[in-house]
Amino acid sequence: MYAQMVKTAGTGLKSREEMTEQERNFQDKIDADIKIEPKDWMPDDYRKTLIRQIGQHAHSEIVGQLPEGNWITRAPTLERKAILLAKVQDEAGHGLYLYCAAETLGVSRDELTQMLLDGRMKYSSIFNYPTLNWADIGAVGWLVDGAAIMNQVPLQRTSYGPYARAMVRICKEESFHQRQGYDAIRKMAEGTPEQKRMAQDALNRFWFPSLMMFGPSDKDSVHSAQSMAWKIKINTNDELRQKFVDQTVPQAEYLGLTIPDPDLKWNEDRGHYDFSEPDWSEFFDVIKGNGPCNVDRLAARNKAWDDGQWVRDGLLAHARKKRARDLAAE
Amino acid sequence: MTRDEAFLQFLLRMGDNTLILGHRVSEWCGVAPVLEEDIALANTALDLIGQTQMWLGLAGEIDGGKSADDLAFLRDAWDFRNVLLVEVPNADFGRTLMRQFLFDAWHSIMLGRLIKSSDERVAAIAAKASKEVAYHLERSGDTVVGLGDGTEESHARMQEALDYLWPYVGEMFASDDVDAQMVAAGIAPYPADLRAEYDALVERVLNTATLTIPESRFAHKGGRDGRMHTEHLGHLLTQMQWLQRAYPGAKW
Amino acid sequence: MNNEWPLWEIFIRGQHGMSHRHVGSLHAPDAEMAIKNARDVYTRRNEGVSIWVVEANAITASSPSDKGPMYEPSESKVYRHPTFFDIPDEVGAM
Repeated sequence: MYAQMVKTAGTGLKSREEMTEQERNFQDKIDADIKIEPKDWMPDDYRKTLIRQIGQHAHSEIVGQLPEGNWITRAPTLERKAILLAKVQDEAGHGLYLYCAAETLGVSRDELTQMLLDGRMKYSSIFNYPTLNWADIGAVGWLVDGAAIMNQVPLQRTSYGPYARAMVRICKEESFHQRQGYDAIRKMAEGTPEQKRMAQDALNRFWFPSLMMFGPSDKDSVHSAQSMAWKIKINTNDELRQKFVDQTVPQAEYLGLTIPDPDLKWNEDRGHYDFSEPDWSEFFDVIKGNGPCNVDRLAARNKAWDDGQWVRDGLLAHARKKRARDLAAE
Repeated sequence: MTRDEAFLQFLLRMGDNTLILGHRVSEWCGVAPVLEEDIALANTALDLIGQTQMWLGLAGEIDGGKSADDLAFLRDAWDFRNVLLVEVPNADFGRTLMRQFLFDAWHSIMLGRLIKSSDERVAAIAAKASKEVAYHLERSGDTVVGLGDGTEESHARMQEALDYLWPYVGEMFASDDVDAQMVAAGIAPYPADLRAEYDALVERVLNTATLTIPESRFAHKGGRDGRMHTEHLGHLLTQMQWLQRAYPGAKW
Repeated sequence: MNNEWPLWEIFIRGQHGMSHRHVGSLHAPDAEMAIKNARDVYTRRNEGVSIWVVEANAITASSPSDKGPMYEPSESKVYRHPTFFDIPDEVGAM
């Protein structure tokens, strides 16, 4: 899940009696699955929460380019290089679609970018972990994109029209990401002993951080109820985490890799796997800025933005000059 | 030099140019000045990697059944045949785009001739690549114009990039025995014969960009014959080839 | 002065499409670059053959509260839709 712990604005879920007439009409539309569009009336808190959520999602795509981009110049074959580059490029595209969706809510992309760069807005905790061997590229596609897809597929039905439409486009493009990841790690799991060791090492490091992507346990998620009533959050964190574990365990078994959780086992009664909770204190450390890569990731984004200023200004200045010349010639 | 040996050299020159430039451009992924440029640069790099697979794939066939990957990942610097222009580091976005433009202009003219190559395989690769490169040239040309004729700072940076890169332009038009054999076989043109068209194109764009072409015609050389690459190529290869070198024989 | 590149709305007609469809938006300094950016951003998977770009500011959108009066009248004009008419099978495709 690329949007974690999005703070829902407002005072919490209101009863129908507490709502104004406008709020009641709004909620009725959502309950009837009628999409909310940019010019529709919407509660301020709905708008604020969506800007936070879509913004965080977009930032995650952009920062998420970095750990995978880390391996583009070291990809082991021309084909792997092309696949990885195309995938990381898609992430830039997904960030772009999401920023555009956020912009329909009255915030500009530059404003959102500024909030990412100065730390006022967050991105997913997962991208603060390093990619250390080539199998990490497989693990990121398989586990991280796998976890993201779990969250994004239901979001195609989210109540805000532009967000839902962005998610439809993203999900369509995302289908190749998880597959390429699994294919890459499978090649290694079936390869030389060193390659197999890389694959296991990648799974060891990415397993729990992937589980953290879904956010803290439901009992600790104070913001969910309102966001779910607004249909900008569709499933609970624990639901999605369980679904992810159930889906992933057989995939790991097929690869002959061991999930780094001694307590992982099938629970016949529940019809689900039991598994260990991630270390939530580590999660909160990462969220607070103390993950292995937080400082470097933000520094990289800031450098790219600052270094690019003259380019953005230069091309805009040229466009304005050209326009002035064209007008003068008319 | 037999004709096959010359043909192999020619194919390596084409494929190493796109390999090394594609690698350089791919270094921008995730850190370009704006999202739209990030995506566009990745498209350019993807096209160049695809062209590399075709050129080096054919080179490998001639070279005793090697794969494009064998040639890309298992040769050392002295066996590379790319021009020096494509191996110089990206530096800022301005130098990257200026390098792209100076190469695209040559590349598009060269591919235009190769479409008529007597070798059908060469003609087919050129036909596919020339469509992609026509767009690269349009985009890099427009960006060079936009930045040259943008702000004072962008103009200064683009002029600096042009001054730095201009001495690397001449090598694209050097001709040697390999070229003579390719011309005789009707496979490829004399690079020197492309210069007039190149100069006209480049002058037109750089004039619109309000940039001044340096007067010196001095040309660094040593890339396309492998005699003396820049120091930069070795560093690029240590990254690019690391996995293949560290784990010989592994399948990825 | 605000130095953010303007926002453009992108419309693309696909290979077999009859008309341009809105596919999304992007930023660009001018219309020419918007078209190029659209090619790079929105046709990465061969989606289109023709691109229109319109500066987002130049679009006037109907107000959603007009949804009723603007569109409901056409809902009653069902005869505009071909399936309204019962055509005998014997006459063939129409």
